Amino acid sequence: MASPDAAAPPPTEPERWRDLDMLLSRPGNLVHSTFDPSPVLRDLIGSYVEVLVVGAGGLGCELLKDLALSGFKNLHVIDMDTIDVSNLNRQFLFRIQDVGKPKAEVAAKRVMERVSGVNIVPHFCRIEDKELEFYNQFQIIVLGLDSIEARSYINSVACGFLEYDADDKPVQETVKPMVDGGTEGFKGHARVIIPGTTPCFECNIWLFPPQVKFPLCTLAETPRTAAHCIEYAHLIKWDEVHSGKPFDADDTEHMQWIYSEALKRAELFGISGVTYSLTQGVVKNIIPAIASTNAIISAACALEALKLVSGCSKSVSNYLTYNGLVGTHIKVTEFVRDTDCLVCGPGTLIELDTTSTLSEFIKMLEEHPKLLMSKASVTHGGNNLYMQSPEVLEQMTRPNLSIPMFELLKGTPFATVHVSGMAESNGKKVSSLRKLRVAFKGVEEASKMDTTESS
Amino acid sequence: MINLFKIKGQKKEEAANSNGGPPVKKQSPGELRLHKDIAELNLPKTTKISFPNGKDDLMNFEATLRPDEGYYLGGSFTFTFQVSPAYPHEAPKVKCKTKVYHPNIDLEGNVCLNILREDWKPVLNINTIIYGLNLLFSQPNDEDPLNHEAAAVLRDNPQKFQRNVQMAMSGGYVDNTHFPRGGGGGGGGGPCYVLCFWLAPPTLAPNANHCTI
Ligand SMILES: [Zn+2]
Repeated sequence: MASPDAAAPPPTEPERWRDLDMLLSRPGNLVHSTFDPSPVLRDLIGSYVEVLVVGAGGLGCELLKDLALSGFKNLHVIDMDTIDVSNLNRQFLFRIQDVGKPKAEVAAKRVMERVSGVNIVPHFCRIEDKELEFYNQFQIIVLGLDSIEARSYINSVACGFLEYDADDKPVQETVKPMVDGGTEGFKGHARVIIPGTTPCFECNIWLFPPQVKFPLCTLAETPRTAAHCIEYAHLIKWDEVHSGKPFDADDTEHMQWIYSEALKRAELFGISGVTYSLTQGVVKNIIPAIASTNAIISAACALEALKLVSGCSKSVSNYLTYNGLVGTHIKVTEFVRDTDCLVCGPGTLIELDTTSTLSEFIKMLEEHPKLLMSKASVTHGGNNLYMQSPEVLEQMTRPNLSIPMFELLKGTPFATVHVSGMAESNGKKVSSLRKLRVAFKGVEEASKMDTTESS
Repeated sequence: MINLFKIKGQKKEEAANSNGGPPVKKQSPGELRLHKDIAELNLPKTTKISFPNGKDDLMNFEATLRPDEGYYLGGSFTFTFQVSPAYPHEAPKVKCKTKVYHPNIDLEGNVCLNILREDWKPVLNINTIIYGLNLLFSQPNDEDPLNHEAAAVLRDNPQKFQRNVQMAMSGGYVDNTHFPRGGGGGGGGGPCYVLCFWLAPPTLAPNANHCTI
């Protein structure tokens, strides 16, 4: 994008950025050690930084607006959803006439209309539909998501770009920072993930408690709440009546059917409180969303993104939680990395000859001082190269044992391989899953581009 | 923090560096954990596992149980496992593919096993679930019913329950519901007309003739 001073700027333009320019052009005591204050910093950010916003819902709308107003000029947004009338109360970029249109496209258009000089490229698709390399063009990925699965996917993609040097130190050029926001009613979090430095999503996934699920027999036998009646209709009655026809939560006819069945059930057991919106809420696991919580969390995320690219202040270290339920509490917790993390950890470097077979490789793991892993099963990029068990898989993968690893890994000089087996830990053999960086001796350095590698 | 001047340089080089390597599939942490679980499976001798989509799709598999004791001795019951990328954060979806007369499994194949829903924890694994499924066949439980009728019979009249199970496994009708012949050639399920005669309440009489099929 052209910087604002290229053509005749609107008279308000320098005024608009006055505060941001002050922040970026003056030194301070609380700045990042590498901060280089300069009047051109805002232009640099506008010209060279590309940010991906994942999700164009409640948080996504706020994020796009906040980032555009913070000097970011090259934004992309990805979301597979279309606008529903129930979004309009908080997803403020959308209007009633937008219902049914892709969120990403409408959100991008609205922010571009309001903030001059910003360019937003919408992507109306699933995050898995994009090539991994698509994600590599961004300097920062900001997440405004509501699912653990989607977070985990983006996290593994971003961490997948990370390379380590021979001393197990992250290679700076391969670090893809993420800012992750999340809200649930009056609560929210904003965290900064710098792969290789701060914990990744997978390092402390235990922070997210598993979703509460009702026992099926309670639903079938002793329902006590409206939600029980709805889940009965959804999980048991639907299949009973529609043999084989999959339930589609986005089909209003399906949802109506669940609602009326749930009502009947509630009547039978003398339970009150089944409504259509509760039915939607229970079936789609909708968490009540509060516009102001989204605004607060998004503001924190946008600031962290700005701090990451400019260094104008220190980044949050590394997990901010906001709770507006009883008064207001904001707390920052510094979580620690899991150095053995399969996703962001360095893994163990193993050097192989191009002639080493899979079976020789498995033997090496037994003797490797850092691993001492016996009975290893080996997997690479979705291919199970060897499985010790069960018998049926062992038989299918046994022919691989005599094939050179170089061939099994399709001739790449570097590859990430995962192995599971019994490894030694504190003098005891425990079942373990480990990440290995396999490097082949004497293979051309020049072809060392391994960025699509799975982590 | 990001070095902006470095980014400036990188942008120009990007085109030249387009990756030539073969695309590698992204493996979710869930898939990796499942890989470990499967590689460490310690199956009881009653249980066989199969992978309908081949060795590289571990996320969808089937386990077939042939109980070696109890009411269901001689039967064969296949369960489908659907594992999500969020495993082990989320429990696998397990359904019984074989229609079975069982107090804790309904006729659609839903299974009432606490560790599949309310008591699932990420430390549990596929082995635990298979162990739990085996337990359902050695100790069917009338307290957590999904098949209300079967549970009532088990509670009030275990002998009748035994006969109903045999009836169902040999491909007959129980309470107006037809069950497919359940594995292992029946193993002497007995002539079904006897059972039908015995269990069919008068109101269900018209269905009794299906028993001879
Ligand atoms: Zn990690």
